[in-house]
Amino acid sequence: MDVVNQLQRQFIDNSASLHREGFLDDQFTQLQKLQDENSPDFVVEVASLFFEDCEKLINNMSRALEQQQGVDFKQVDASVHQLKGSSSSIGAVRVKNICVAFRSFCEAQNREGCLRCLQQVTHEYSLLKNKLQTLFRLEKQILAAGGSIPGVE
Amino acid sequence: MEAAGEVLRSGSSQELHVLAVDDSYVDRKVIEKLLKISSCKVTAVESGARALQFLGLDGEKGALGFNGLKVNLIMTDYSMPGMTGYELLKKIKRSSAFREIPVVIMSSENILTRIDSCLEEGAEEFLVKPVKLSDVRRLMKDCIMRGETEVKEGRRVDKRKLEDDNRTSSLSSSSSTPSSSPSPPSSPPFGFDVATSELISSPPHSSKRAKLRDSD
Repeated sequence: MDVVNQLQRQFIDNSASLHREGFLDDQFTQLQKLQDENSPDFVVEVASLFFEDCEKLINNMSRALEQQQGVDFKQVDASVHQLKGSSSSIGAVRVKNICVAFRSFCEAQNREGCLRCLQQVTHEYSLLKNKLQTLFRLEKQILAAGGSIPGVE
Repeated sequence: MEAAGEVLRSGSSQELHVLAVDDSYVDRKVIEKLLKISSCKVTAVESGARALQFLGLDGEKGALGFNGLKVNLIMTDYSMPGMTGYELLKKIKRSSAFREIPVVIMSSENILTRIDSCLEEGAEEFLVKPVKLSDVRRLMKDCIMRGETEVKEGRRVDKRKLEDDNRTSSLSSSSSTPSSSPSPPSSPPFGFDVATSELISSPPHSSKRAKLRDSD
């Protein structure tokens, strides 16, 4: 089936580039391996939870950093710590690495540095979300066309 | 062997019932999947307070959760708002009803002093996140071994400190006569506290410090 082959090829390429460009690491692959007939949407579900987390935490950080009366860096750090944790659990390595730098700025109580990191984290999370949504869409299309998802063995 | 297993396992299904505690949705979902794939029953809660509630520690029940299943293992995140995993660990180990339940701490931060204090308070293991399937599988094996060894010998793990000498000599004999021990022939039985395992050179995977060395 040409359509299936084409889709599968696209899936492989997208997957490979996500890993090659450092968006995702082996932890993501580990999660893919956990997906089975009992939980066919496991990865999509974890990713959704992660994106929800990102949005909530980014909002928290943003609000905390906007406080004119004085930024509560401990509060910002608490959110960054949580984001670092979930990004690590899903294998979102670029997001995680920004969180590491972000925490240093929190510790140094450097508002400018924090704002820069917030911007980067927002950007990286959006990029990743788009790329993963494309990947998940491809998966759906492959399965709908009667094919199987390549490469997660 | 069946009888030994049943004491440890919950209900009639012979599955381990694990109580997982983590404030992160993502982590709860992942640990739940890891445990289910390893044939465990899982109850996942979001805080130490909920965990204590589930155990009935704030009441007078025994180690029966609301659904009546005995908890065989507790896996808790370290950094949680409100009650930390460390505080939860202490509460569990200081309760007469629950101190025998093995508690595993999970943390994204590999801090030696943190690890030491958790182990000192009686944590079974300290796992560095992200937790992998291989970590969970190893835990299952350790728990089962520990339970069977304890039941077979009619003793609790902490009492072994008094019997180091006997342990050493009987261990060396049991390694050479695998049929007499519940463990696979290739490794000595688990279920020894750190002090004992330091007397005998245990295989790397039985050391509680294994996670401090590089991750696989």
